Amino acid sequence: MEPHEFPQIEQQLAPVFERHGREAHWLLQILREAQEIFHFIPSAAITCIAAHLGVPRTRVEGVAGFYSFLSLKPVGEYRVLFSDNVTDQMQGNPELMRYFCHKLWLEPGKVSEDNLLSVDSTSCTGMCDQGPAALVNGWPLTNLDHERLDLIAELIRGRKPVCDWPPMLFEVKDNIRRSGTLLGEPFASGAAIRATLARSSAATLLEMEASGLRGRGGAGFSVARKWSMCRVSPGEKHYIVCNADEGEPGTFKDRVLLNSYADLVCEGMTVGARIIGATKGFLYLRGEYCYLLHKLEQALAQRRVAGLLGRNILGETGFDFDIEIHLGAGAYICGEESALIESLEGKRGRPRNRPPFPVTHGYLDQPTVVDNVETLACAARIAAQGGEWFAAMGTAQSSGSKILSIAGDCARPGIYEYPFGVTLHEILDDCGAEDPYAVQVSGPSGILVSSKEFGRCISFEDLPTAGAFTVFKRGRDLLQIVQNFVHFFAHESCGFCTPCRVGTQLQKKIVDKIANGHGTAYDLEELKQLGHIMQTMSHCGLGHTAPNPVLDMLKKFPDAYQHKLKDLAFEPAFDLDGALETARNITGRDDAWAHLP
Amino acid sequence: MNEKRKIRLATCSLAGCFGCHMSLLDIDEKLFDLLGMVEFDRTPFTDIKRCGPCDIGIVEGGVSNAENVHVLKEFRKNCKVLVAIGACAITGGVPALRNNIDLWDCFQEVYLYEGGLEGNQIPNDPELPLPFDKVYPVYEVVKVDYFLPGCPPSADMIWKFLTDLIEGREPKLDYEMLRYD
Ligand SMILES: Cc1cc2nc3c(=O)[nH]c(=O)nc-3n(C[C@H](O)[C@H](O)[C@H](O)COP(=O)(O)O)c2cc1C
Ligand code: SF4
Ligand code: SF4
Ligand code: FES
Repeated sequence: MEPHEFPQIEQQLAPVFERHGREAHWLLQILREAQEIFHFIPSAAITCIAAHLGVPRTRVEGVAGFYSFLSLKPVGEYRVLFSDNVTDQMQGNPELMRYFCHKLWLEPGKVSEDNLLSVDSTSCTGMCDQGPAALVNGWPLTNLDHERLDLIAELIRGRKPVCDWPPMLFEVKDNIRRSGTLLGEPFASGAAIRATLARSSAATLLEMEASGLRGRGGAGFSVARKWSMCRVSPGEKHYIVCNADEGEPGTFKDRVLLNSYADLVCEGMTVGARIIGATKGFLYLRGEYCYLLHKLEQALAQRRVAGLLGRNILGETGFDFDIEIHLGAGAYICGEESALIESLEGKRGRPRNRPPFPVTHGYLDQPTVVDNVETLACAARIAAQGGEWFAAMGTAQSSGSKILSIAGDCARPGIYEYPFGVTLHEILDDCGAEDPYAVQVSGPSGILVSSKEFGRCISFEDLPTAGAFTVFKRGRDLLQIVQNFVHFFAHESCGFCTPCRVGTQLQKKIVDKIANGHGTAYDLEELKQLGHIMQTMSHCGLGHTAPNPVLDMLKKFPDAYQHKLKDLAFEPAFDLDGALETARNITGRDDAWAHLP
Repeated sequence: MNEKRKIRLATCSLAGCFGCHMSLLDIDEKLFDLLGMVEFDRTPFTDIKRCGPCDIGIVEGGVSNAENVHVLKEFRKNCKVLVAIGACAITGGVPALRNNIDLWDCFQEVYLYEGGLEGNQIPNDPELPLPFDKVYPVYEVVKVDYFLPGCPPSADMIWKFLTDLIEGREPKLDYEMLRYD
């Protein structure tokens, strides 16, 4: 029996095709919309889309199979995905998910018999400061508790469309707790563009140079260098891309920048476009933040009306630039700049070989600048206020300020802007951390810092960060935390290269084994060797950093795992006798040979 | 007596197809050289049923049932160096294809739908090895010292590996031996 037949599929997809045209780089956006219509990507839709775009069917299926939010099998009309970030976990999400499933007679990962509902978990949704969180059909649900879940269950049973649900369920607060120059000072739309036009692009590039601004997305590359390399790279067209993928668990500062400072970010993109000579820019918005799409589109429309986007910007003849928003579909790897570009081109998010770097061969093989949201906001400030003003803040090699997304065991989670150089002690005091024991700086791919190191400071020289700052108090099970991280990496590895695809799985298995009380000294050695292979042999940054939390734990937190280890050189990875249970039940045997010690 | 003590070697096949053993036999006339250097303990070649103290143990095949565990543990206890040979021992290999099928469905298909010799019933004789829910790689059950990849590894690779080991060198296989395309 073919339960899902779609005789009208072409008519149903027609408006989607209408919106996006026939270029293959629209594939991901088309698939996103198909998923919304059918609650999965039916085989017939794949055929239809492939024919429309003139690409092989396998290409469409390959993309549909890559992204978590797309599904080749039916999911419920209502799809509820609980965030399984470590902070959501600490706030009780696993229990809430069980409660919700139990209430609706459902198993996680399965679809209810009437196809009404499916429940599953998903990687960090970026609501760590107001969790526990979940997504329902892509919309963020915050501050979940039993009461709210009861209400949600009621709404789903009554088949109420998600757009008619009470808005309070979807309330997302900015929670800005401390602001500095970037978040705190007023900014007049257009000021940065005006200043750039007045002093020339070359002079503005010098201001960027003088500011010492370095990328805020993780790698910390000099913005002036990236922009000038792109500016001089030959190509038919140049592009600028705002990286709003914000996939690193525990990071949510870009969410706030896009929600309340979109103008500043667009302004940074426009200044960049002027300098590198781009007429088109993309904002790659992570699928989890699609609730911001409408607001961002409005911001862009307003800027067009104000002459800050479009043709002849601010009356400058030939200064044409516009921004298009592309949505992701649940893939951490798409934050990596070359995977992001692949995704923009409508492909699977597989990191490219580097070099060549995007500045020479990026989007459609043209010179492309990819910058983080916060980097672009800083660039706008610098264009308006000058480089020296910016360089006066921070430390020698880390000028300016950094926005931190603070969550976990603290009284006041939220957004904190500090000049670079601030110590962990100071931050922990400000956010009201109770008896802090460890901090994960810059998310699972970053650094696990112990309380002995709280005198260290946030900066490229000491503790570089893309923004996540997750606090753990004394008494937290660090092994469980690291277990959460290795599961995240195993889930998010794109699978392209063996050291990472296999390495992340092995790492997960071994850490699980230790957590389940079967670990030995031998397994610790295995983890170290494995970590070394992944760090040195992987194709991209995901594989390079995936062992970090494990290695940090092994080095700095022996108490977290030692009591779990068996006193033997080797222990099986699973419960031998338990693995015979199924066959015992089937055969009805219980003799001595049907058991293992 | 200054004749060197011969190296004792044991081999076994768990959930495997004996292809790796065949590949070992494929060293052809070098078998005589091998016999000059080693003495076989338990192996399908000698038909010795229990493993005594050995220097090298070679295990083919994954771990599919309770009996496999007994054999494997006996090998680990008695062999100074334990080698997992072939894709099945290393990852579960071909037999692990059943891991995606529910065990109950397997039993039904085999014993109930078509009917066995004794009619439609699931055998429950204690002499039959009881299957695990899944086929597991050897390294998840005991510590493994060396892995020889391939399905099967070539006779040349096995020969190079064994002679290195027997002559006290760290086994080293060059790239050409390890590629299969
Ligand atoms: C696995 C992985 C995920 C990444 N995710 C992000 C991200 O979500 N946002 C981001 O800005 N940069 C991310 N990056 C870094 C980007 O590759 C790139 O360095 C950055 O966008 C450059 O912008 P910047 O110079 O302004 O920092 C990621 C890198 C890797 C390896
Ligand atoms: S390191 Fe991981 S994420 Fe990166 S290319 Fe390899 S498999 Fe993909
Ligand atoms: S690895 Fe290949 S040859 Fe060896 S036992 Fe398995 S299937 Fe047979
Ligand atoms: S081809 Fe499968 S791992 Fe290399």
